[in-house]
Amino acid sequence: MIPSTLEYTKASSIDEAVAAVAAGAVPLSGGQSLMPMMRLRLAAPHAIVDLSGIPELVGICEDEDEIAVGAMTIHREIAASELIRAHAGLVADAAGGIGSPQVRNRGTIGGSLGHADPHSDMPATLIAAGASVIAKGPNGERRILAEDLITTYLTTTLEPGEIITQVRIPKSDDHSAYAKFHRRAIDWTVVGVGVCIGDNGVRAAATGVADKPVRLSAFEAVLNGGGSLDDAIAKVAEGIEPHAGLDGSVEYKKHLLGVLARKAHGEASSR
Amino acid sequence: MGETITVTVNGTAHTAEVEPRTLLVHFLREQLNLTGTHIGCDTSTCGCCTVHVDGDAVLSCSTLAIQCDGREVRTVEGLQSEDGTLHPIQQAFHENHGLQCGYCTPGMMMAAVGIIEQQPNATDDEIRAALEGNLCRCTGYQNIVASIRAAADQMARS
Repeated sequence: MIPSTLEYTKASSIDEAVAAVAAGAVPLSGGQSLMPMMRLRLAAPHAIVDLSGIPELVGICEDEDEIAVGAMTIHREIAASELIRAHAGLVADAAGGIGSPQVRNRGTIGGSLGHADPHSDMPATLIAAGASVIAKGPNGERRILAEDLITTYLTTTLEPGEIITQVRIPKSDDHSAYAKFHRRAIDWTVVGVGVCIGDNGVRAAATGVADKPVRLSAFEAVLNGGGSLDDAIAKVAEGIEPHAGLDGSVEYKKHLLGVLARKAHGEASSR
Repeated sequence: MGETITVTVNGTAHTAEVEPRTLLVHFLREQLNLTGTHIGCDTSTCGCCTVHVDGDAVLSCSTLAIQCDGREVRTVEGLQSEDGTLHPIQQAFHENHGLQCGYCTPGMMMAAVGIIEQQPNATDDEIRAALEGNLCRCTGYQNIVASIRAAADQMARS
């Protein structure tokens, strides 16, 4: 189908994009979620502002403690980044498995976070990695923990007029991995689990098991309290109530959660 | 409502008026009459509409024409040389029976060129993995992979 009539502007600076979003335009990053929704008329923004003309939103660099990833950096670049592979392997894992090469050539890390689909791969891995998001709006810039960004289906704590400009991933020596299950390569993930194992303990998060990506607190608590992996797997779904849908029942998704937590933990441990 | 854009398609600059909501695939097919690029699924699943924008394989059904203002687009029509010589990927699909009904073929070939350019020494397994975004409803995947293998080898030799 053809999207509804809309006004299009291409911002050449972050300030210009913020002004457009504050005036009601929807930010367009890689378009790999927004465009299909517009075609199906699930979304019908009256105005969009294209962020692809803002050079400072693209690229991966580092300071002493963190890797800074521009919000418009595409998944292909993230999957190929040695820096991200070295410090947050699970984020590179996730980026390399999103959609298809065509989708990874357009889709962006900021777009994935801002879209907040409860089956996205990227947000869960960034939560497990302890990443933060830099958002800029009419009232200036602020930092939001990735864990505090997404509140429910397609909904974030971004204020009106705010856009995500950067994702900051802590540099760590953690061993980490992401494991997911999906039916066909191009399909959305049914359930995915990211695990980081380091000197400060285990952190884990999952996608596809709630209305937003969630920390696997019970799983972490068992392992960080010296318990066995089997005991942690037995408790992995504690406090989590997945939604039944065409992609599986509640029991099925809880089962997948255990299988994938074990797989991700095993892969992380072997790295 | 129209906006004027200039897009270089297969080496030729086209200046045209488009509505901002016009998808790249509709611009190519309906305004430039380049109907080699197919529309399959309308949900970013099938890869039929794959074209290259500034050298990257992308889905033309998930890109607005206006986003391509000032950019270079390559479609399946741009593969063969001006003298009519087939591109190695076209020749390989021809020789290896890489198509049955042919509907997915333009997208397969544009994805294949992207794969060969990104990974010139891709193994068969890597070719299969990289084709994850292209569906063939005839399920002719064996010969599609064989065609891409043959084209990659041919392009490496020349």
